[in-house]
Amino acid sequence: MDKTSPNMSIEFRGQVVVATLADEKILDETQLQALQGSFMPLIEQNPGIQLVVDFSNVKFLTSSVLGLLIRISKKVYETEGTLRLCSISRKILEIFKITRLDRIFEIYPDVDEAMVGLKKSQ
Amino acid sequence: MTKQDHILHRSWELPNTDAAAQQTCTKILKHAAEQGFNEDATFGIHLALEEAFTNALKHGNQSNPNKKICVEFLITPEKMDISITDEGQGFDPDDVPDPRCNQNLYKISGRGVLLIKAYMDIVEYNKRGNCVHMVKYRHDSRQSTPRAQNGS
Repeated sequence: MDKTSPNMSIEFRGQVVVATLADEKILDETQLQALQGSFMPLIEQNPGIQLVVDFSNVKFLTSSVLGLLIRISKKVYETEGTLRLCSISRKILEIFKITRLDRIFEIYPDVDEAMVGLKKSQ
Repeated sequence: MTKQDHILHRSWELPNTDAAAQQTCTKILKHAAEQGFNEDATFGIHLALEEAFTNALKHGNQSNPNKKICVEFLITPEKMDISITDEGQGFDPDDVPDPRCNQNLYKISGRGVLLIKAYMDIVEYNKRGNCVHMVKYRHDSRQSTPRAQNGS
């Protein structure tokens, strides 16, 4: 079953969960709290989650979003899940490189490539 | 139109709110676009402004709505010059741990100063550490490329 919240859409592809961020700019505390409020229950309710976060709509973000992604990754890894990021624009990828977070996140060009190697069927 | 016509200087005293910071950010980015800063440079200015405002609002002024933020803004055909001052006690930017070190990579925060330095051409703090002065050159060939910071 797929779900949509104001800040992201969630698509279940077998055992893989694809979360597509909706906002073009992720700037303020309200957006961050809304995203955290969407991601954390999703991870808690799906132990061992295989989560792909799709950034194709996102054109701008701040370091607060990087902090949120680290929180999400810790939560995913606590349940022995997998987290992959994809479709990150060139300018945002530069932020990951400057902060060296490209070394700790698995980043793929698009959803299809991010799905490779993940367990899709029950 | 003379060169003088392209020089704009503004000062703002803002309430310590996200909304006021966002409005000011929007005004500054509009001026940047009008002055011909390219898309990549404007992206960098935007990121530096967001990070500097977050530092002022949350860390400097401790999210206190009774405090103020002062912004000095100058734009010329050659550069954009911005100072953001809060009412906090200040900090020493040299004391901020390098977020790129292995032991800091998984920290939730602490990347703002690094990003400001990467995207702006000049970044300096006053002695008290409650005012950041940032410059972005329009004709600098680096304007579209964030600078790699020296690792520690």
